[in-house]
Amino acid sequence: MAMEKQSLYAYMLTLGDNALILGQRLGELCGHGPSLETDIALTNIALDLLGQTRSCFQYAAAQLEGKSEDDVAFSRKENQYTNVLLVEQPNTDFAYVITRQYFFDVYHLMLMEWLAVNSADETIKAIASKAVKEARYHRRFSSDWMLRLGDGTSESHQRVVQAVEDLWPYTQEFFVPSEAETLAAQAGIGPELSSFKEHYYNDVVSLLQKATIAVPENPYFQKGGKQGVHTEHMGYLLADLQYMQRTYPNMTW
Amino acid sequence: MEKKNWPLWEVFVRSKNGLEHRHFGSLHAADATMALENARDVYTRRNEGVSIWVVESKHITASNPENHGELFEPAQDKVYRHPTFYKLPDEVKHM
Amino acid sequence: MSEKEIKNLEEIFEQRIANDEKIEPKDWMPEKYRKTHIRQISQHAHSEIVGMLPEGNWITRAPSLRRKAALLAKVQDEAGHGLYLYSACETLGISREELYDQLHTGKAKYSSIFNYPTVTWADIGAIGWLVDGAAIINQVPLCNTSFGPYARAMVRVCKEESFHQRQGYEIMLTLSKGTPEQKAMAQDALNRWWWPSLMMFGPTDAESVHTEQSMKWKLKRKTNDELRQQFIDQTVPQADLLGLTVPDPDLKWNEERGSYDFGEIDWDEFWQVVKGHGPCNKERMNTRVSAWENGAWVRDAAVAYAEKKEKAKSEVAQAS
Repeated sequence: MAMEKQSLYAYMLTLGDNALILGQRLGELCGHGPSLETDIALTNIALDLLGQTRSCFQYAAAQLEGKSEDDVAFSRKENQYTNVLLVEQPNTDFAYVITRQYFFDVYHLMLMEWLAVNSADETIKAIASKAVKEARYHRRFSSDWMLRLGDGTSESHQRVVQAVEDLWPYTQEFFVPSEAETLAAQAGIGPELSSFKEHYYNDVVSLLQKATIAVPENPYFQKGGKQGVHTEHMGYLLADLQYMQRTYPNMTW
Repeated sequence: MEKKNWPLWEVFVRSKNGLEHRHFGSLHAADATMALENARDVYTRRNEGVSIWVVESKHITASNPENHGELFEPAQDKVYRHPTFYKLPDEVKHM
Repeated sequence: MSEKEIKNLEEIFEQRIANDEKIEPKDWMPEKYRKTHIRQISQHAHSEIVGMLPEGNWITRAPSLRRKAALLAKVQDEAGHGLYLYSACETLGISREELYDQLHTGKAKYSSIFNYPTVTWADIGAIGWLVDGAAIINQVPLCNTSFGPYARAMVRVCKEESFHQRQGYEIMLTLSKGTPEQKAMAQDALNRWWWPSLMMFGPTDAESVHTEQSMKWKLKRKTNDELRQQFIDQTVPQADLLGLTVPDPDLKWNEERGSYDFGEIDWDEFWQVVKGHGPCNKERMNTRVSAWENGAWVRDAAVAYAEKKEKAKSEVAQAS
């Protein structure tokens, strides 16, 4: 069963917005990393995510009349972005950067692996096939750093424990499907997200234990990003992202 | 706590169509895993399908350069500085 | 070693260079050669990583996804160049830590062009076009410099740098062909970056001290003034193509010389910025120092983890 253009567009936003916002956060770090080598590594991840964003938004734009990837990226209002809350969290310190990345990478790799093999949409399949290799590397990178921070010094341990505590409530949002994701699953284009949940938490808990980080006891998980209800961080992030388009509208760059 | 620095590693890369690993340069990393990841990020950003070797610089034993007077250094030498880089071709593009 | 022996080695050394042989890290070299190269290579490396900051400033605000990706890649390249150059420098027997310490305490310099602010998107175009353009003119001759690791690092750098200049010029082209507002933005950026770019070639030949030695060791092929003239002659036609005006009322083609005559550079400004009083000197240093100091716990954690793994490995080896 094929998807309506509007629904396919909405689904591509779901895929692209996470990459866009997370890539934006990583882009802020350029030149500020704890070592030159780490700077290069994080920028690599940002570039990969930006590449995925562009592929998703180009396909999204193709569902509309006369729109481009940039229209999709830059001209929406805040409540029209459907990224999860996790990716808009700020670069508080390196522990937050790595924890946010790791929590994202575990989900993102599962998603890309599923799409690359199972999606009924050929374009999405192709996008995901390329993204899988990237996501695999990102997950390796972020897992390795979770171990180093968790089982490193007492200071790094404290910091990453704090980051995990603070970001844990944002992890469940991945598995609560939005309307677009539900329609995509019905059309065989996207996965049943709830089926990822158990595997996700098994993997994450296992890594946290290996890193000697306590698994947070958390009674409540945050959500809303997929519905366009974001945290206070999003407004400032968009102010940067959209500055040029808002100040100099309708120009070619 | 005594301050420790990330040790120096030498990076050897064999490109997709290459026949052997060549010395590309060096970088700092805390362990072998990080060294491999860093090497991949720094030295293979423009290539596909490569093989990377990383070796801690202190584990490399280098021969003495030919012109060098035997008087001034012991026969079996650690890499006092670095082994030689691989020579890249001279093609340079200008704008 | 007797003075006679040293003099003999020096003669052999200079002859090798004159024969276009490369000097490698483990070769004998005069202490002055080693020190000069540490200074020059490290300052080159410092320039690359400090140079990431004015451009990195516009990553989050790049006006299109394509420009954002290109800028991220460019800044990442610069980090990579810093790395190649630090590696080359470390072969001379100095550690990365010491090099950073020299930068952070102001003992080592970096190219003062990076002490200027990037206040509009057009600045990113101007930097790629003018600053990378000037850098290329300085760097291409270094591909044949006498010290092997430096020459090879420079070949790698030059390969990557040519794309940077093209990207910058393309930005300027797009702006110049755009709306009047965009063209004005481009002209404004040119106005602010032109003279500092000329200053990248250093003081006039009359004021330069190290030229002769640098020429012998192939650290320099042409003088500061010659390179500066080359840059102007090459760049003015590019500005003409953009339909922009170089902010120099004294700029004039001299048919006799076959070169452009140009106005007086404000050497007061040059020396002020070199001495640390440019618009962004303090900010650039604070950023680099903060990044390094705030990153200490991260680097320490990585070392601690590696040591634990090593210990566990050797305990397992012992037990078996």
